[in-house]
Amino acid sequence: MDNLVQYIISSLSLGGLYALMTLGLVVVYGILRLINFAYGELVMVAGYGLLLFGQTAMPWPLVALLSIAVAILVAVLMERVAFRPVRFGSASTMLITSFAVSTLLQNTTLLAISPRPQAVRLPAFFVESVTVGGLRLRVVDLASLAVSILALIVLSILLRRTIIGIALRAAADDFTMTRLLGVRANLIISVAFAVSGLLAGIVAIFWVGRSSLVEPAIGLQPVLIAFIASVVGGMENLKGAVLGGYLLGFLTVGLQTWLPQALLDYRNAILFGIVIVILLLRPEGLIRPAYSRERR
Amino acid sequence: MRSTSRRSPLVQVGVTALILSAVLIAITVLTTFAGERVFGRVVTVMLISVVLTVALQVFMGNSGLTSFGHVAFMAIGAYSSLWFTLTPDEKRVTLPDMPQEWLIYGFHTPFLPAVLLAGGVAAVVGGLLGVALVRLRGASFTIATFAFLIIVHSVFLQWEPMTRGSRTVFGIPNLTDLWWALGAAVTAIVVALLFRESSLGLRLRAARDDEDAAASLGVHIAWVRWVAWVLSVFITGAAGALWAHFITTFSPSAFYIAQTFLIVAMLIIGGAGSVSGAVTGAVVVSLSSEALRRLEGWLNTQRTDQTAVGQLIPIELRGFAEIVIAIAMILVLILRPSGIMGGREIGWSQLRRPSGAGRQFAATTEAGTKGD
Repeated sequence: MDNLVQYIISSLSLGGLYALMTLGLVVVYGILRLINFAYGELVMVAGYGLLLFGQTAMPWPLVALLSIAVAILVAVLMERVAFRPVRFGSASTMLITSFAVSTLLQNTTLLAISPRPQAVRLPAFFVESVTVGGLRLRVVDLASLAVSILALIVLSILLRRTIIGIALRAAADDFTMTRLLGVRANLIISVAFAVSGLLAGIVAIFWVGRSSLVEPAIGLQPVLIAFIASVVGGMENLKGAVLGGYLLGFLTVGLQTWLPQALLDYRNAILFGIVIVILLLRPEGLIRPAYSRERR
Repeated sequence: MRSTSRRSPLVQVGVTALILSAVLIAITVLTTFAGERVFGRVVTVMLISVVLTVALQVFMGNSGLTSFGHVAFMAIGAYSSLWFTLTPDEKRVTLPDMPQEWLIYGFHTPFLPAVLLAGGVAAVVGGLLGVALVRLRGASFTIATFAFLIIVHSVFLQWEPMTRGSRTVFGIPNLTDLWWALGAAVTAIVVALLFRESSLGLRLRAARDDEDAAASLGVHIAWVRWVAWVLSVFITGAAGALWAHFITTFSPSAFYIAQTFLIVAMLIIGGAGSVSGAVTGAVVVSLSSEALRRLEGWLNTQRTDQTAVGQLIPIELRGFAEIVIAIAMILVLILRPSGIMGGREIGWSQLRRPSGAGRQFAATTEAGTKGD
């Protein structure tokens, strides 16, 4: 019983993080049909924000906020400088551009800061744990569980209640129609990238918090996770992204708990094998969109 | 329609192959004069890169689909070529965890059959995967190929008996020399040009430009894509074998995202639409990144020696070449999406009567890559 509760809490905590990662990828894909390989670098940038601002005397909440702001800024800049000029190119042109942006950001960090992993100053609660009803729980797990749920609630209110949020959802459903109704394309795409950067920033705090280290390649794992979860949940579907994220969280913790060690080494191979199978059997993901789309 | 304003495709293939080969042969001969010790390594790697980029062009250029998984087949070719070339005695040293009762332990062949077998292994794996892959399109296809790269990487990292896991394999005989690499590059170019102009290549390009129209004209899209995919991964696997027997010490991390980026960058910068583009991209990127690496090394020495130039450099330079390649690639994608060669084969405009067909063809190629 205790094990089960522990499992559920770990899964919800990791799943929430995965859901935010996936949402950050899908919010851009839904509008631009761009799988942003450089999304992981937004997590990396925020991670280095934590490192650099953390070396000053600023209080930690301010450090975290500034780091998130940096991720948002880089996301919007990335779109303005690299993706906007190729927006009307082919899907593969955009895909390859994002691959180039990813390599560019990673190698620039490598050159400007350091190729080696560096320790990040984190507040004490990241390593503490509490005992609740006989269960030892890590505070950071509880925090990431709470923050991810809070972020999802706030985001869903913004998407449902504000004009820009409604426009964003409309654009994800049918971008051409939304533009015909007078929504400015550049604005909506910038907002989508800003949301993507915001989510990457929040993810970065907890992702870096897990190891308290940053390195130039730290964004790879998050972007891979977001790929898997978005394929599972459906690439064009914001709800699917959240669900895919939580599902992957439960699956990951489950595999870690119950898979024999010999097979655990092949975990990535198994997960990506599942990705290929889902792409073949359910190209729209496990959750189909409400109606079929004309654009492919 | 196309043949009315053009000479026979075979003549065109011949002319293009001659020009491209002549350039590579000239570079190789110059290298031997300049002293193989200085440039031999760079030029050999460049020629192997030509093979890899041309192989990628066979699929990406003709089908319009983006593969981020080709390096997985380079890995398969590289490792399987070891299983074929190493004698049992050498296997005991290089792959000490391989059980001696396994059939592959006692099996070994000379170099050329090993290279072809390595390509064959890649083609068999790729052929099986391809049956599923060709049903996907656009982004799904790319993600699936990327997923395959991760699967192969993760399997090779764990497969101790066959790969030594994450540790470096060493003691591989250095069998690939400059001339082997040159021969492979010329062969790949001829094969890719012939495929591009073959009936199958033409049908594949038709499907790239307009899937529905091609299908309505009776093109079996899945089949033509599959054939191109298998040919492409066969050449990639063989190139992996050549690479392995030139580099001689490597680990699975050599075949991952950095290498994927490099080959894709070569193809995009040169232009995916033509074999000439692939060759141009591989040569330009290889030589300029080598120059940048030397410049980086020189600048770092200046910095440690605290010379006048060195004092201008605040930090130790690393990964300079990758940054420049990434920027070049983004600029090419923005300013000239069809690459340096613009999707055209070298030596064609000279042959064609000034009917404007070439311009038209280039225009359709660009329109065809528009996507949604």
